[in-house]
Amino acid sequence: MIKDLRIGIDVGGTNTDAVVVDAAGKVIAATKAATTLDPFDGIRAALVQVLEGVDKSRVGQAMLGTTHPANAVIQRRDLQRVGALRLAAPASIGVRPGAAWPADLAATILGPTRIIRGGNNYDGSEISPLDEDAVRAFAAEAGSSVETIALSAPFSPASREHELRAEEIILEELGKDFAVSLSHRVGALGLLERENATILNASLLKVARGVIVGFKAALAEQALEVESFLTQNDGTLMSEEDATRLPVLSLGSGPTNSMRGASSLAGLADAMVIDVGGTSADVGILVDGFPRESASAIEVGGVRTNFRMPDLVSIGLGGGTVVRRGTSGVDIGPDSVGYRVSTDALVRGGSTLTLSDISVAAGRLQGFGDSSLIADLPKELVSDALSWVDTQIGIIVERMKASKHQLPLIAVGGGSHLVPDEIAGVSQVIRPNHHPVANAYGAAISEASGSIDQVYRYSEGGREACLENARWAAIDAAVSAGADPASVRVTSIIEVPLTYVPGEACRVQVKAAGALLR
Amino acid sequence: MRLLEVGDLDAITLGATLLGNGGGGDPYQAKLMAHQAIEDFGAVKLVDLEELPEDALIVSIAVLGAPTVLIEKIPSGQLYVDAVKSLASYLGEEVAAIIPVEVGGMNTLVPLMVAAELGLPCVDADGMRRAFPQIEMTVFTLAGISASPVALADEHGNTVIVVAKSNQTAEKLIRNASMNLGLANSFASYSMTIEEAKGSAIRGSLTYCENVGRILQGIQRGTQSWEDMYEFTGGRTLFEGKIVDLDRRTTSGFARGTVVIEKFGDQSTTMRIEIQNEMLLAIENGKTVLTPPDLICMVDHETAEPITTEQLAYGQRVRVIGMPCAPEWHREGMLEVAGPAAFGYDVDYVEFDGGTK
Repeated sequence: MIKDLRIGIDVGGTNTDAVVVDAAGKVIAATKAATTLDPFDGIRAALVQVLEGVDKSRVGQAMLGTTHPANAVIQRRDLQRVGALRLAAPASIGVRPGAAWPADLAATILGPTRIIRGGNNYDGSEISPLDEDAVRAFAAEAGSSVETIALSAPFSPASREHELRAEEIILEELGKDFAVSLSHRVGALGLLERENATILNASLLKVARGVIVGFKAALAEQALEVESFLTQNDGTLMSEEDATRLPVLSLGSGPTNSMRGASSLAGLADAMVIDVGGTSADVGILVDGFPRESASAIEVGGVRTNFRMPDLVSIGLGGGTVVRRGTSGVDIGPDSVGYRVSTDALVRGGSTLTLSDISVAAGRLQGFGDSSLIADLPKELVSDALSWVDTQIGIIVERMKASKHQLPLIAVGGGSHLVPDEIAGVSQVIRPNHHPVANAYGAAISEASGSIDQVYRYSEGGREACLENARWAAIDAAVSAGADPASVRVTSIIEVPLTYVPGEACRVQVKAAGALLR
Repeated sequence: MRLLEVGDLDAITLGATLLGNGGGGDPYQAKLMAHQAIEDFGAVKLVDLEELPEDALIVSIAVLGAPTVLIEKIPSGQLYVDAVKSLASYLGEEVAAIIPVEVGGMNTLVPLMVAAELGLPCVDADGMRRAFPQIEMTVFTLAGISASPVALADEHGNTVIVVAKSNQTAEKLIRNASMNLGLANSFASYSMTIEEAKGSAIRGSLTYCENVGRILQGIQRGTQSWEDMYEFTGGRTLFEGKIVDLDRRTTSGFARGTVVIEKFGDQSTTMRIEIQNEMLLAIENGKTVLTPPDLICMVDHETAEPITTEQLAYGQRVRVIGMPCAPEWHREGMLEVAGPAAFGYDVDYVEFDGGTK
């Protein structure tokens, strides 16, 4: 039997979407179910709906993008206590682990924290030899009060030996099943942000195991024999094992899935994407089929991290955004009736004037409710509200563009009817088929990837040889993550020359991705 | 004398980010460092020059290194304490207080951390009241005060003393030494007596910075206006518009670049800003309108958050602000030390009120 189908599932704040996609990327089935209090109820419902009439034996893989870990952090729920150990002294003692965390999150998560001798310099030399006795002492102390330990060290993305050795010692002391998170696996350069992300990661390990177990159980209930994956922030896949170990890397996968899905549904690799939901609209930009990543620090639950996440501009503009008649003209949002737009909007017999009603009145949205219910809306109100929508969309689209060149804009999501056909600086507005489930589609088509982030000295060996080395390291990482060697390619190379550093030192980040080997 | 507490750091940090002129390092990390030092060692005594004896010795303290290294090896108070102690021991004198060299960017907060850790007062004065990329670009240089001897320290307690004939040479020598000391260093310099400081330093810089921060907080909350800011600083809005072009490059260790902004509703009017770590020149439709040492600051047009040069992006809607430099800059030698020519620009200095010199 040829297993030529994949299932993609995306759990969002409002809806849980699912699609079944064939080997050519064609949508075989698609569905939307409501996201439920226990997200697995929604996932099970979506699976039942989307698999109706599908030959289950043809399904080979299932990909899940979910807000579970993000919600756990935001709601401070199911988080584990973490001991934080930084291998850095006498360097990097000016700011302790967990500094500037919101007090309630610190109280929930942070156990003992300590900075001991260890860590490396930019050139790979040791700041100090690792203080192994201090690692043992920390393990003995923390072992009784925390469930996991987070390790960090300066320049560990380039020199990871101290983190690996410290992990070994902790496992010797506390047993081989004790959970340890290592910063070099979690993030890029920027010690405080990488350490924050590692502590968050350690605290999410239980949630991550729950997601994997729940997902596998939901798949088994449908008698599906499939490989399962989670999607991560950069739009590529994590194996079950990685997803259990590095949950923090999936925190921002929702917007990425939506943009990757939009790209593929529209058949465009370079474009802008606007995803309009019930409450807000996000605009991002696709470069070579992947979202452009944000350069500035990303906060998760009030904690500064250095995840790579799509560079997005968001505004409170969606199908459920509330419209009010103000003293001078019209007042719009930022509040929204959200998913209740299907019952609360005027055209659906509700009592709240929303942007969906405006869209119906203006003829942008058809087949949504009874337009006679808004027949007495003043024309001026409709045109004022519409012109606000067009101005806001124009501004965020302009802010997202990287250059003066005109780019196409792909409009996806349940509220994308609000997007006008003509926008300054936009060559064309494209509304692909299946756009309401672009995020689940994005999950279904995700690829395997690998990356490296390292400091090279171009004076030793030359720039070309260093870059070549970096490219191959990323490609190897992608192949070991499951990518088909025949399809794997380098998707991004970022070179950042280190100012003042001799030897033409340069930080090189390379990412490679390829289709999953079937 | 007043005590600076943890609660005062937010306003100082915001003010320092604006006065960083788009550069000056990341004040956020420095705020965390100062926060920890005040938590561990107690509040910082902020004093006026008048409160100390004429012959008391003060020294400046600042961070030096590569930004990429500083985000991995976060300098601690000990590193700075070592630099100060090493300088004091070279001079054979006790240090009575710390003076910031640069109130603008992360070096605004570093002296507070060091003062807290050493239990010394910090003087409410500095040598720039803005950010500049090189240590000789100070009003101290104008007054003939030597940056040397400079003490440079690393996290292991290694120190290097540099004694140079000119402040420009001192700058070159300590940068070279820093490369061999791991590129996350502190340096103590500009040792002077209170009497010398009275004749040269910019007075009240930290209070000025804190006030700028508080007004900006007010603008962000909607309780104060840009008029309040301009009344306090003597500044004005230079330009309001959208970034339409951006060119960045790193040459000889400095982040250089050019940003072009198009005026809202008028595509024919543009402002070009030249960057060398900091924003240095503002040119409107080909005419130079602001030159160093006067200040160019940039904020997000909607949120009034200061924008650093790393954050610049196409399509950003910005307000460009001009502010006159501290009056203490207007002395003999200003243009040689910190005017357009000091940065290699072939343009005349434009006085802040519009005339040229």
